[in-house]
Amino acid sequence: MTEPRADPRILAIWCARLAVDRWRLGAGLAPGEGADAAPLALVTETAHGPRIVAANDAGLEAGAQPGMMLADARTLCPDLAVAPSDPAGDLAFLEKLALWSQRWGPWSALDPPDGLLVDVTGVAHLFGGEEALLADAHAAFARRRLAVRMAIAPTAGAAWALAHHGRAGTQAQTILRAGDDPATRLAGLPIAALRLDADTLTVLRRLGLKRLGDLHGVQREALVRRFRNRRSAAANPLIRMDQLLGRVPEPLLPVLATEAPLAQRRLVEPIRHRDLLDRVVADLAADMARQLEGRGLGARRLELDLWRVDGEVIVRRLELAAPSRDASHVAGLFDRRLEGIDAGFGFEMVRLRASWTEPLALVQADIERSAENGGTSLAACVDRLVVRLGADAVRRPVARASHMPERAQRWQGPLEPEKTSQATFEFHVRPAKLLDRAEPIAVIYETPDGLPRRFRWRGGVHEVARAEGPERIAPEWWRERGSARLRDYYRIEDEEGRRYWIYRSGLAGDGRGGTPGWFLQGLFA
Amino acid sequence: MIQAPPDPMADSALDPATFPIPAAGALVAKRRAEWRPGAALADVPHGEIFAAGSEAAGAALALAFALDHMRARRSDPVADVPDERMWLWVQDREALRRTGRPYRPGLPQGLRHRLIHVAAKSPEDALFALEEGLRCRDLAFVIGEIAGNPRALDFTVSRRLTLAAERHGVPLWLVRIDAARDLSSARMRWQAASAPSIRPRWNPQAPGTPAWRAELFRARRHPPGEWVLRDEGALAVRPNADGADESGVIRAERALA
Repeated sequence: MTEPRADPRILAIWCARLAVDRWRLGAGLAPGEGADAAPLALVTETAHGPRIVAANDAGLEAGAQPGMMLADARTLCPDLAVAPSDPAGDLAFLEKLALWSQRWGPWSALDPPDGLLVDVTGVAHLFGGEEALLADAHAAFARRRLAVRMAIAPTAGAAWALAHHGRAGTQAQTILRAGDDPATRLAGLPIAALRLDADTLTVLRRLGLKRLGDLHGVQREALVRRFRNRRSAAANPLIRMDQLLGRVPEPLLPVLATEAPLAQRRLVEPIRHRDLLDRVVADLAADMARQLEGRGLGARRLELDLWRVDGEVIVRRLELAAPSRDASHVAGLFDRRLEGIDAGFGFEMVRLRASWTEPLALVQADIERSAENGGTSLAACVDRLVVRLGADAVRRPVARASHMPERAQRWQGPLEPEKTSQATFEFHVRPAKLLDRAEPIAVIYETPDGLPRRFRWRGGVHEVARAEGPERIAPEWWRERGSARLRDYYRIEDEEGRRYWIYRSGLAGDGRGGTPGWFLQGLFA
Repeated sequence: MIQAPPDPMADSALDPATFPIPAAGALVAKRRAEWRPGAALADVPHGEIFAAGSEAAGAALALAFALDHMRARRSDPVADVPDERMWLWVQDREALRRTGRPYRPGLPQGLRHRLIHVAAKSPEDALFALEEGLRCRDLAFVIGEIAGNPRALDFTVSRRLTLAAERHGVPLWLVRIDAARDLSSARMRWQAASAPSIRPRWNPQAPGTPAWRAELFRARRHPPGEWVLRDEGALAVRPNADGADESGVIRAERALA
């Protein structure tokens, strides 16, 4: 177990009424004004009918509870108004809110469905202390008319618990100082403050463990035996408690704002001809190259969107083997991608977007240009091949851990790094070429020890002059069915010197099929 | 079994690639230089190798030539970094069906991890890939395999390939599987077939180091000839005149390693 950082401070923000607040903001209402004065519920459709997700103050007072069926709520309050809920919109709003809340700390993380976590380690003095920071945050959220509860604590778990279940009193009560003992400060909070799922909460309630302090009274071994799920923290109160107390680290995924480089042209006159479109694409590629160069990036994936006058949008996507910002290269690749495009009545807008970029250092242009006279780079060559032939056609073989010859190599992209693998044995002589499917051969004459003397393959008769073998390769029982047969491989050379790799599939009387067949699988150099 | 070398004059009259030659004396002087492994380093080779589809001799000989070329090239004393450039192997669908796919564990040790394989659907696509590969400065060499005599592979296209190879310095060996000897601008044209291998010392009943019967039937700088070649760390030659007897083996003087 590693020691946590010197003194981390996490600010947990809980938008307690996120869905209702968003609905109210969307309708442009102040709290308790207009439609908000009447009871209202936000509902989602389920298999058993509409179910209430959230309700405004008047709705809660009238008896509509989140999780209730709408029909039940209507019996309590017949004039309950209804609006659809929007969970995807809530999440998008929360993401924006996470970026906005980086005004109080260097990074923030989402805590779906309605929470945020902001790292405020070492920044509180900029606001005049943590109380002042909380006051500032409360004021900022009040200006946006969002109902929030906040807390600051050394760990995300403790901050979450205080924000959701702490007493909403003075601000001093929502700050857990570094010197405080979290176990005693938080002992009075309900067990739901541990961020557990509903099943685990039910189990704990049946066990009579209702507060965090109750959990300290039970021996740890007993709880370990009871809660064995180590994979999901939400199902294990011990992991959650350790995270809350800072005994185990809890990684958080920060939200980072990225902006895809984008170049766009609105055309005065819709264009219908290919050469004009090529001109526009070349301009866009040059714009894109300038943007990318300014940021020190190279594009890996580019998307070209073409808006047609009649409302259709055509998307052409391009992936590059290595980051590049060479405008002429990109324009040349799109040139092929745009073949056979249907312009209809013309394109009115064209947009080029780099949705995947990688860092690419600046290079001296002159040296590069002199090298270009000598040819293209490998990445550019691979790009051009992939654009015309498809990604499946341009690949490289890499080793794979398997005994079966056809499975001992795997194909991957030409510039992807190769994984390390165990070396093969030098005494295993393998053919230079392998047929995609082993071809059956007709044995005409067989020696008593089982090796064919003469066989027919693809219409030609081959006389075996020399042979080495057998090399027995057993089927991989962990991959194949039990009926797979072993193979006895022979390297043979016929009377003209042609060298082949043949095998007999199975043994006579092995109980896995009829007479063993002979196959030719590889061609030696 | 072993054919006599064909008449060179009868061929050169037909072959436009070897046709425009300034003086008869120069022709004789050039023709006199017999082909040897590691020879012809001055120009970038564009070779064609005709082979049957029922054996891997064509591709194997192309690989042996490529290795030979790379060994001969490495004599640069300043280059302390080993040449780890990738190489390209292009096959059209029919060639892939007839002779199979490259198999990494069976490829030569130094080339295994550097292969980029292109499985083209048609001969046109394969020729496009070959030309793209020849224009790439980061490739060590290019090997192509095309089956039959497709219409796309005419003299103009082969001339384009030659020019691209010479312009960018990337060697090309094009294996023609089950093909007739059509017009081509390749600098060297070979007919390849497997030859009985050398008997291994400890197990004479087993196939040994591979050997190929290679007939150079048309070349710009060399007279035609026929050799039995094998690759044992360096491409070695056994002139066929001595017969198939192993005592007659003559290693090439340039041991290229």
